[in-house]
Amino acid sequence: MTHIQFPIPDMTITDRREEIIAALAGVVPEECLIVATDQMRAFETDALTAYRRMPLAVVLPRSTEEVSAVMACCHAAGVNVVPRGAGTSLAGGAIPQEDAVVIGVSKLNRVLDFDRKSRTITVETGITNVAVSAAVAPEGFFYAPDPSSQLACTIGGNIGMNSGGAHCLKYGVTSNNVLGVKVVLNDGTIIDLGGDAMDVPGLNLLGLLIGSEGQLGIVTEATLRIIPTAEGARPVLFGFDSSEEAGACVAAIIAAGIVPVAMEFMDRPAIEICEAFAKAGYPLDVEAMLIIEVEGSDAEVDASLARIIAIAEAHGVRVIKQSRSALETAQIWKGRKSAFGATGRVADYICMDGTIPTGQLPFVLKRLGEIVAGYGLRVANVFHAGDGNLHPLILFDANDPEDQARAEAAGNDILKLCVEVGGCLTGEHGVGIEKRDLMGFQFTKADLDQQLRVRAAFDPDWRLNPAKVFPLEGRLI
Amino acid sequence: MQTQFSAAQLADSQTRESEKILRSCVHCGFCTATCPTYLLEGDERDSPRGRIYLIKDMLENDKPASKEVVTHIDRCLSCLSCMTTCPSGVNYMHLVDHARSHIEKTYRRPWHDRLLRRVLAAILPYPSRFRAALTLGRLGRPLAPLLGRVPGGDRLKAMVSLVPVGGLPRVGAEPAQQGSCTRRVAILGGCAQKVLDPEINAATRRVLARLGVGVVPVPDEGCCGALVHHMGQEDKALVFARRNIDAWWPLIEDGLEAIIITASGCGTTIKDYGFMLREDPAYREKAARVSALARDITEYLDGLDLPEGRGDTLVVAYHSACSMQHGQQIRDEPKRLLQRAGYAVRDVPEGHICCGSAGTYNILQPGFASRLRDRKVANIERTKPDVIATGNIGCMTQIGSGTDIPIVHTIALIDWAMGGPVPNGLERIAP
Repeated sequence: MTHIQFPIPDMTITDRREEIIAALAGVVPEECLIVATDQMRAFETDALTAYRRMPLAVVLPRSTEEVSAVMACCHAAGVNVVPRGAGTSLAGGAIPQEDAVVIGVSKLNRVLDFDRKSRTITVETGITNVAVSAAVAPEGFFYAPDPSSQLACTIGGNIGMNSGGAHCLKYGVTSNNVLGVKVVLNDGTIIDLGGDAMDVPGLNLLGLLIGSEGQLGIVTEATLRIIPTAEGARPVLFGFDSSEEAGACVAAIIAAGIVPVAMEFMDRPAIEICEAFAKAGYPLDVEAMLIIEVEGSDAEVDASLARIIAIAEAHGVRVIKQSRSALETAQIWKGRKSAFGATGRVADYICMDGTIPTGQLPFVLKRLGEIVAGYGLRVANVFHAGDGNLHPLILFDANDPEDQARAEAAGNDILKLCVEVGGCLTGEHGVGIEKRDLMGFQFTKADLDQQLRVRAAFDPDWRLNPAKVFPLEGRLI
Repeated sequence: MQTQFSAAQLADSQTRESEKILRSCVHCGFCTATCPTYLLEGDERDSPRGRIYLIKDMLENDKPASKEVVTHIDRCLSCLSCMTTCPSGVNYMHLVDHARSHIEKTYRRPWHDRLLRRVLAAILPYPSRFRAALTLGRLGRPLAPLLGRVPGGDRLKAMVSLVPVGGLPRVGAEPAQQGSCTRRVAILGGCAQKVLDPEINAATRRVLARLGVGVVPVPDEGCCGALVHHMGQEDKALVFARRNIDAWWPLIEDGLEAIIITASGCGTTIKDYGFMLREDPAYREKAARVSALARDITEYLDGLDLPEGRGDTLVVAYHSACSMQHGQQIRDEPKRLLQRAGYAVRDVPEGHICCGSAGTYNILQPGFASRLRDRKVANIERTKPDVIATGNIGCMTQIGSGTDIPIVHTIALIDWAMGGPVPNGLERIAP
């Protein structure tokens, strides 16, 4: 049984469906408006497929102006709106509802400006994360945040969820790499937040917007920082006989003040799954593996790796393997970045996303294994160890409702554990519907109420992505 | 992904197979990013994930195909780029094949669509009919502007525009087999390629003869079935498959080493015969054996010791056909061979995206096909090549219709480097 509830659809809206669709048809061309049940099916869920709801209608506008017109239209009709990028959310951030119109930005995928001197790029937010890096790669730049779904996920979704990725250990998450955005508010008003520089006068509404999960507005354009590509980068693979040893090694590297570009952890089940897909040369006879990447000149890379290897040796590392070519490096990252999808080869899974202080890694890994085993399930662990962002993949059978309920219960226990050790419910996937009902576990009522007041300043009627982020009970309207 | 099939539905082998495929999909969305139609449209319905979902809904609920679902499945090129991208190993090819045959059984297309599909299925797989049709097509060229006015006329126009200008190419001499050979292979004669460019298989025979590989003639083989298979006409496809298996079987029993294929579109299908005939007790094992023996010519040559080339400085843009790189996962072999033969090989940017040819796609979906062709040609021209090489006749026709840069089959360049004739179209730039 799935345990997450959706608000009861508003019949006064669903009864007016024809009229609302007619109004939408007045502001976008036919090919941008999807209303047939058969076709809307493709939009009923995202990457959290256990939950599905048919929307009232789906609109795929082609410009900021069209987004504005659709938002104004929905506002006038009193209809809820669910924003959507590429629909890759693992937290259900893009799952619609029967009484809501989905506004997808996937047709907004152009690069608008590339300012080499200022090292910025301005894009429409339906562009994929990886396409941004691809657009500036010939000039020797890249866009730093690199969520594992970067091939498919959009900049719009990244901004909504404040996405991170393997390389955010050194370069920061989305909020550290966005300079300005164009936002359509719930009544269709278009505003600009931030600018082309690192700071602008007035309230830092940009900081407020990034990570607001589509509840304050729809971002249609963004100006992003881009970073010169390092002279070189090299990952090293470490194999350990226990997850605890690997966790302790990570904590020691952080404690030594070393900042690699990325520090990724995989346990034995995850190693086996990813190696089968990517053939990256991962060691298969170890209980835990770290992928640690450092960058710079050859001399810098050698020096950093020497320090890191010395620490690993002090923590019982058994296998040490350095990448010898660009191809090997690409395979190593392909394996890691495909971890979630590749897990689909062996079982259904839910992917958790919590963050803990890195010093707690050994304890949490041990406890996490016990929790999942206690529910009679298996877990594969892949995560961004450097910043303590865990992604346990709890394996289950989606065609068995009881199995699913157990998996979700185990997931909740793991997230509570993260909070208990001083961490938090989410690292980069956002709250969505998945973690909505745990927010009271993380925040006091006073904390939550203040967040709700800020939200209400943008959207007093709860029209934007209403089922998400905040528990359904106790909302201030 | 969760599925909801009843035990009765799962009694059907095709449904059982599709259920397995759907269960392996985790709906992660990676495939959307490398799908040509999603790149063009930014619309989930025109992405693999969207199509998988539409197919799932149709099959689970035993629904006849609706006009809307047919629109989006029809737009799929079956380029299988999604399968290369998919980390979960979802066999989209078999799923979309199932959907196409379900559409064929449950959906009545508009009359002009039915007519066109019937005509294509009745002509393309048969060389003599196709040859006659090309002659008619050339005669019909002046009428092309008028075609836009009849229902489905855009497709007829596309068809006529694909007819090669100036007749069919000449065929070079073929050497007699040199003595008795220990290695013996068959070459798929096939259908459309034989008519459009018979020189491809002639060049293949010359190259193999120089390497001491004997080519056994196979009189009764023909179209591999891919053309009708992709139109959902599964039964017809199986007739073609069985005929070919019957034609090859005595030779296989006699120790045939490989079935060489020079059109990668056919290669993908023949390598799938084992699956296609899995429920046919009389053919199951034979089909699996045929699939196991099927080799693209470049795949086969890559295992042989070819002489080093003479070091021409011709710049070759290698266009990997989707059926080559995605359907058969053959990526480096053709480039390695060309390099060894002395050509300067360039990769084409965005090389994983289809050129829009895709069997009969450029006739059935002329709008998408021409947008993809223009995108492909622009990417190819960025590498400033002297010549474009590829391993599929469909891509040659499609890309050739959009650029002045000569396009030839990979084997024609290999043959040339080994002393064969100058490939058709390269007379002007031959060093």
